[in-house]
Amino acid sequence: MFYKPSFAMAVLLAASCGAQAASDSDLAADLTKIRSQIDEMKKSYEQRIAALEKKLVEAEVKNQPPATAQPVVVESSAPASRASGFNPEVSLILQGQYKDMKNVPERQISGFVSAGGHDHDEAESDAKRGFSVDHTELVFAANIDPNWRGQAIIAALDGSVEVEEAWFQSLGMGYGLGLKGGRLRSGIGYLNEQHPHAWDFADAPLMYQAMFGEHGSYTQDGVQLKWLAPTPVFLEFGAEFGRGANFPGSDRNKNGSGSGALFAHLGGDLGVANNWRAGVSWLKTSAQDRESHFEDTVNEVEAMGAFTGDSTTWLADFVWKWSPSGNPKYQNFKFQSEYFLREEKGELTCGVADAGDPVSCDGITSAYRTRQSGWYAQGVYQFTPQWRAGVRVEQLNSGTRDFGENADYLLVDSYRPKKASAMVDYSWSEFSRARLQVAQDKSMLGVTDNQITVQYIMSLGAHGAHKF
Amino acid sequence: MKKQIVMLLLAWVAMPAWAVLNVFATVPEWGALAKEIGGDKLNIYVATTALQDPHRIEARPSLLAQARRAQLLLATGAELEVGWLPLVVRDSGNSAIQNGRPGYFEAVRFVAMRDVPVVLDRAHGDVHAAGNPHIHLDPRNILKVGVGLTARLAEIDPSNAEAYRANFKVFADKWQLAMTRWDKEAASLRGVPVLSHHTSFVYLAAWLGLNELGMLEPKPGVEPTSGHLSALIERQASKPARMVLRAAYQSEGPSQWIAKKAGIPAIMLPFTVGGTAGAGDLFGLFDDTIQRLLQAKS
Repeated sequence: MFYKPSFAMAVLLAASCGAQAASDSDLAADLTKIRSQIDEMKKSYEQRIAALEKKLVEAEVKNQPPATAQPVVVESSAPASRASGFNPEVSLILQGQYKDMKNVPERQISGFVSAGGHDHDEAESDAKRGFSVDHTELVFAANIDPNWRGQAIIAALDGSVEVEEAWFQSLGMGYGLGLKGGRLRSGIGYLNEQHPHAWDFADAPLMYQAMFGEHGSYTQDGVQLKWLAPTPVFLEFGAEFGRGANFPGSDRNKNGSGSGALFAHLGGDLGVANNWRAGVSWLKTSAQDRESHFEDTVNEVEAMGAFTGDSTTWLADFVWKWSPSGNPKYQNFKFQSEYFLREEKGELTCGVADAGDPVSCDGITSAYRTRQSGWYAQGVYQFTPQWRAGVRVEQLNSGTRDFGENADYLLVDSYRPKKASAMVDYSWSEFSRARLQVAQDKSMLGVTDNQITVQYIMSLGAHGAHKF
Repeated sequence: MKKQIVMLLLAWVAMPAWAVLNVFATVPEWGALAKEIGGDKLNIYVATTALQDPHRIEARPSLLAQARRAQLLLATGAELEVGWLPLVVRDSGNSAIQNGRPGYFEAVRFVAMRDVPVVLDRAHGDVHAAGNPHIHLDPRNILKVGVGLTARLAEIDPSNAEAYRANFKVFADKWQLAMTRWDKEAASLRGVPVLSHHTSFVYLAAWLGLNELGMLEPKPGVEPTSGHLSALIERQASKPARMVLRAAYQSEGPSQWIAKKAGIPAIMLPFTVGGTAGAGDLFGLFDDTIQRLLQAKS
């Protein structure tokens, strides 16, 4: 193709040289002649090329062997030939914050038991004032073979390395089935499966902190089986069995399953602009000597209560997303709300929390029954491709707490913890985000804590898709 | 040979369940191409519309429900759908459409890619390692992908293989004629200097010979900044663009701003099937695109 213009140029050049000697009329005639010749050549070439292309395509169609998926047209992007091409997708999440809030030693949501016992380490929590870096998460993921995919998330902070998640997932089971095994975030609720870097606020809602402790999510070692129904509307069921070592359960030396979960999700579209998902979940865990701090009202010291029994949690969740024409890039709105109800049944044994501080109820074991609930609702509006703003309101209800005989010695506080938060965040790209959050936290009886958080979330490397 | 027999057996076993083949197309252009080749033999679900940015789609529940029931998944590939499709495919619990199976079809595998980055660094924006994924705006690529898709449909649904080949032959003949017509109509667009919002029109420009002077996005996937737009305006003095292009799903603000400052027309192109009223099918997509470009030039 390239020789065509240069050939034409040469002809024109030759024509112009010759034209110096010739008269004007001769020149015009010659030029017209040459032009028509070039035009004819061009036409014939184009026709021949078009005919060739057509023949080629026809030949390609005819020569297609029926049972091969090999592309006929040669791929331009050669696949990686090096062994390192099989390396997993690696990504690293950097997250940190500046937090301005009241100095409250041993923050605990009033009316609820704390998830930590003796081992609870203040440095691990997100309740640090001033500057701090959150866990740095290292994510590895890859297809293992045509049947399985694996993912591991390693979180590191100051001398502690934690395996947050490490699981395999089935790829080719078919029939709508999906099997996952290892250490995994449970599919209960909506927020539970989301990692902190995908949260819309700097901290987990109070209800998740009350349900599962500082981490704000329920993770366990076990297996998960999901089934997606072959219906035009999204309908999914899931079941999990696992060790149940995390709060509200406890680690035990025992065969069998320490925790079971069931969940169902329903979802779909309303027109092109609205998408929604609703779900109900159930989680049952059993605990053996699960330790929590209580207040000894007689000796006025801290007591340690060890709970043995069952904990049953019900969750309902709803998410609605809107964007004009279903294009979330420029503007979108997301509403999400969840509700939980937890019942615990068993017995509580009172004991010493700090050596040297004798407790009034030492060794007393009595019946323990609670029924507690809570909810949160939040809306986040992205008003330009880079800016988002959102508000969250939440409330818990300490509900009924029956401590039996231990109620004579331990503080049974009845309270409705509340919190309201507002945030605005800016994203340079989908890989980097900075957030400002202000909150009024009334989760502790008698304390109104006005908090300011400035947070950054950066993700490096291959970053996988986020769930709805 | 053994593999082929097994495949045929499998297909035969599974056939009674497939009255019509369920096809899940990620973007409208492949849905439209499947319609040309498959006709009434296919039940086609298109996951996105021309008014949605294909890079920014969410793995919404309805997509999972549709992927669960598909026998063939048509994707562009080259990481265009990386933000949602892998999740949808994995969570669909559908073995037929997993990557590496015949039911997983990537269009980019059949064409020569442009803009394959030499350096992979996010400092250059949202670069695609395999090259620019917006391959469909070169009509020659449509034909190449059509060849691959016809073969794939024939493989998955052998009972209708002849119908697919016949349909494609009719389509390819019509397409050849249309391409000759488009080449003629668009001849005057050769060398016309343009600006584009995003690298959406690289293949279109290569086919028509448009001279893309620059992008309104400072880096691919990074929103236009006022500084970058001002720099483009400054360059107008020495290297003037004749028009500024954007896809139907892109915001009109930046291209309107450039258009006003530089005194050149801002053109919205359908980008894919359904992007404008005129782009009702693949033929309409190119007819309308060329008409809009010609109109802007005159």
